[in-house]
Amino acid sequence: MKVRTRTDLDTLRAEGLSALYPSRARIAVGMATCGLATGAASVYQALRDEAEAQGLELDLVATGCLGYCQQEPLVDVRLPGQDRIVYARVTPHRARELIAALVRGKLPMEGALAVIPQEDAPPDRTRPTDLPLLPELPFYARQQKVILRNSGLIDPLRLEEYIARGGYQGLARALLTLSPQAVVDEVIASGLRGRGGGGFPTGRKWQICRDADGTPKYIVCNGDEGDPGAYMDRTVLESDPYSVIEGMVIGGYAIGAPEGYLYVRDEYPLAVERVTEAVTRAGEMGLLGGDILGSGFGFSLQIVRGAGAFVCGEETALLASIEGGLGEPRPKPPYPATSGLWGQPTVINNVKTWGSVSAILARGADWYAGIGVEGNTGTVVFSLVGKVANTGLVEVPLGLTLQEMIEGIGGGGLDGKAVKGVQTGGPSGGCLPARLFQLPIDYETLTEAGSIMGSGGMVVMDEETCMVDVARYFLTFTMDESCGKCTPCREGTRAMHDILTRIIEGKGTEVDLDLLEEIAVWVKTSSLCGLGQTAPNPVLTTLRYFRDEYTAHVAEGHCPAGVCRALIELRILPELCTGCGLCLRECPAGAITGEKKEPHVIDPQLCTRCRLCYDVCPVDAIEIVR
Amino acid sequence: MRLIAETPPPPAGVLLAKLHSINAAHGYLPEPELRAAADELGVPLSQLYSAASFYASFSFQPRGRHTIQVCLGTACYIRGGDRLLEKLASLLGVEPGDTTEDRAFTLETAYCFGSCSMAPVIRIDGEPYGRLRADQLPRILKNYRQKGAGDGEEGA
Repeated sequence: MKVRTRTDLDTLRAEGLSALYPSRARIAVGMATCGLATGAASVYQALRDEAEAQGLELDLVATGCLGYCQQEPLVDVRLPGQDRIVYARVTPHRARELIAALVRGKLPMEGALAVIPQEDAPPDRTRPTDLPLLPELPFYARQQKVILRNSGLIDPLRLEEYIARGGYQGLARALLTLSPQAVVDEVIASGLRGRGGGGFPTGRKWQICRDADGTPKYIVCNGDEGDPGAYMDRTVLESDPYSVIEGMVIGGYAIGAPEGYLYVRDEYPLAVERVTEAVTRAGEMGLLGGDILGSGFGFSLQIVRGAGAFVCGEETALLASIEGGLGEPRPKPPYPATSGLWGQPTVINNVKTWGSVSAILARGADWYAGIGVEGNTGTVVFSLVGKVANTGLVEVPLGLTLQEMIEGIGGGGLDGKAVKGVQTGGPSGGCLPARLFQLPIDYETLTEAGSIMGSGGMVVMDEETCMVDVARYFLTFTMDESCGKCTPCREGTRAMHDILTRIIEGKGTEVDLDLLEEIAVWVKTSSLCGLGQTAPNPVLTTLRYFRDEYTAHVAEGHCPAGVCRALIELRILPELCTGCGLCLRECPAGAITGEKKEPHVIDPQLCTRCRLCYDVCPVDAIEIVR
Repeated sequence: MRLIAETPPPPAGVLLAKLHSINAAHGYLPEPELRAAADELGVPLSQLYSAASFYASFSFQPRGRHTIQVCLGTACYIRGGDRLLEKLASLLGVEPGDTTEDRAFTLETAYCFGSCSMAPVIRIDGEPYGRLRADQLPRILKNYRQKGAGDGEEGA
């Protein structure tokens, strides 16, 4: 069928509700990339095979990501009339036990993490257990889901399920009840700012584009999430592609653009696959194409797959890449809103911005503006990763403190180790020390502190992370990814990288620190595009907040974190070593010798200080001599 | 001049899509295929080469039967991705970027698959392996070696 009217939407909504809340058991397996990386596919298969073998009738669906990646693979089970129970770290073996339990008519409590309360619960719903509710878990307690509202709850490709959870209400409202200018006004009133990291007011960008001369105009979605350590956009595209597509159609109506492009990063094959399917399906249903919902407005959408260039996340480079050329940036102004794709007025927004737009139009600007704090309204999604106990995707109102994020939601350091700092904004951002964790997370505060909000990467560092090594890591990245068009970025990143390498090899001097700072400022102020202008941030912030670590390297030849290879040695403590032989087998350099059940020894001449033995030793018998 | 000015630009994304399809079919970009594609798209070969060498997704060298990508994104790096790489290089006897002599494996690095919460992560032929420890690598490689040998026999 084609959706032509609101009544058609209601029909699909009813279908979606019966898919989400069927009259038999429904088992959902989180099968976004993070779930798949921990074996969700074999769990899914085990569930299917066992259900078939046992003759159990059920709905088995693949959903997206619930965000609590630490606990993947996640499986949730819903029995008719009951809330969904989420199971954590499910193995194929446990999956088969789950089916067996269902056959007996009883859900097991072993491995159960929490209950997902059904928002629009029918009155006959009974609570099956005394498990905590998912939103009550410390990981979720401070979260508020707007962009991730459907993530992990629906079958990402099933349009009916998206509609059942309020999807396409925003588009219907925009197309059928609001003028294009009123839609722009609504977005302005919401206070939404670009979630790609820049934080430019979205509504104002739309207004500039709407007022600009020139047709046709274009809508672009930036899904080239290249920031290493961040995966918010991947998750949204894999888990809820229609929310982004709907937002883009709304944007097209608002600025008068009949065409859009969704640019997806090549390293995300599953996201490419899902958005491609979703676009096809939306077209079949009449939610893309001509005369959408009988409004007379038409919008077509094309997917463009990137090809592995970080710089294409920069908007002018991305537009050049779509046009078919090299993904090289150009100077701004003119900004894309007046001169973008093929020189035409173009609105380019991030995946999460588009996902927010569809929610804002459905629920209203006032609702959205009521979330967060003044000037920083709404929610933002972070990928909380690195040396933190609870890794995962976290959506919070702006204004939450770093402390609440890392200690509250993240549960503090990994394995109880002390958290030293956090990197926000990836290679464009900065490392903030733990003593600044009282700072609220908003665009201005993070920028003042020398970092940036960025698109949402949040990598936690602990006492075993060397900040000089981290700075060098980021410079290796930006040096590799610099497109080479402008000299400050091309040469400056290399020069900074070389100095940092010298320092971690124990060959740096105090003078290097001043030189490093000087080059960093020079690159920041004179580079052509955002890549070069922000590339020095990791250097500048680590110099500012962790200068003692730099000094230890250059003045004392000492790496306090025990990471830099030239400055450490590894030793096996004979009194602790049980002679299990694991380190001997794993050592890539063949530097470890020893008889079984006798203490082993590392040959310092052969040892490359890779610390693999330190990682694998079951009794912590390896000492890092700093 | 007029003619040039009026020539419409190639449709968006076509060039990249073409390179992707050649790379997917052969595992790399063979020169004859690139020449044919340039003719087909009506663009100079130099333009195609320039794009192909700009983007990291394309390769000009033939590849092994299996491609191992070790993620060196930030989260993977600080949780030991570089050590997985070192171990793999030692197990396979190749440097990152190279292919084993028997053409079974190509070892390469990548910046972030977006599986950061599962760090460290590697991907073999696109299939992700998360929360990986170095001692799990030999068994994983063995599975692919067996698979690879099987594929080779079928192909022969």
